[in-house]
Amino acid sequence: MNLFRNVVFVAAIAGLVAGVVLACMQAYATVPLILKAEVYEQAGGGHHHDHGAAPATTETGAVSTAAPAGNAMSSAAPAAEAAAPAAEDEGWAPADGLERFAFSVLANIVTGIGFALVLVAVSEFAGGVGNWRQGVFWGLAGFAVFTLAPGLGLQPELPAMPAADLLPRQIWWSATVAATAIGLGLIVFRRSLPLTILAVLLIVAPHIVGAPQPDSFETPIPEGLHHQFVVAVTVTNLVFWLVLGAVVGVVRGRFTGTATSLRDSFA
Amino acid sequence: MTTATVSLGASVSSQSRFMQLALAALLGIFVVGFVGFSHIDAVHNAAHDYRHSMAFPCH
Repeated sequence: MNLFRNVVFVAAIAGLVAGVVLACMQAYATVPLILKAEVYEQAGGGHHHDHGAAPATTETGAVSTAAPAGNAMSSAAPAAEAAAPAAEDEGWAPADGLERFAFSVLANIVTGIGFALVLVAVSEFAGGVGNWRQGVFWGLAGFAVFTLAPGLGLQPELPAMPAADLLPRQIWWSATVAATAIGLGLIVFRRSLPLTILAVLLIVAPHIVGAPQPDSFETPIPEGLHHQFVVAVTVTNLVFWLVLGAVVGVVRGRFTGTATSLRDSFA
Repeated sequence: MTTATVSLGASVSSQSRFMQLALAALLGIFVVGFVGFSHIDAVHNAAHDYRHSMAFPCH
């Protein structure tokens, strides 16, 4: 299991570095927008966490009639109860401030290592990331697969924004990631026209099927705030993936003893 | 399928290479899935800001 150990080692370093970078970017770019949105969320009648069942329970009392059938949140209350005060059963949550930030940093590092494991393992199949520059290209691919493609159908959402049931969205998200990854792989590593056409079809297909959408887009969140959030999420993720790929390239280069020189050509 | 190759500084047979890399990728997918997709309330709340900031389907 030497290879496995080495993959984990490279991924751990890259994930740690990229995760810390992402957490810092989030602290300035995305988290303040989430906190702003939570003000609207609380003003709009409680902290309802099952938006799929309760699109915009506004002061008019116009609760959606959409049946919360098969709502993915197992403990999710029906729409009528979702308008209840914030004291609903949501389980443990970190205290606002330092504790909340600390858990965000932890989540960033842990998933950073997770994404790095996927990136390192997949790139090893293709011969490995030779240097930081190749790593940047692998990072671009990761950004396209994990941020761009699913983000087209399911835009980054703020608290209090309506969305379809959780499980169908998670399934669409995962399927889109898989289809895009396979598509990109076919384009880059199988130099054949029919396979490239198949790849384009694979990449386009999830968007023809379409992501699960909410019944109503009504939300107390201002359009401008949401737009700002979409830009912030997309850009911070881009930087995260570029850093992740580049660090994988550097660490792997040190590891295998090959030069990480600028002159090493791509692919 | 038993050709020895050097991958990431380790010499392995192609079959073992495939297994180890697949295992690493699966571990990564599991880690991301647990933090980003888990329906357990405590996990969701702990990683709440992260999930929103990564555009994971949330809530």
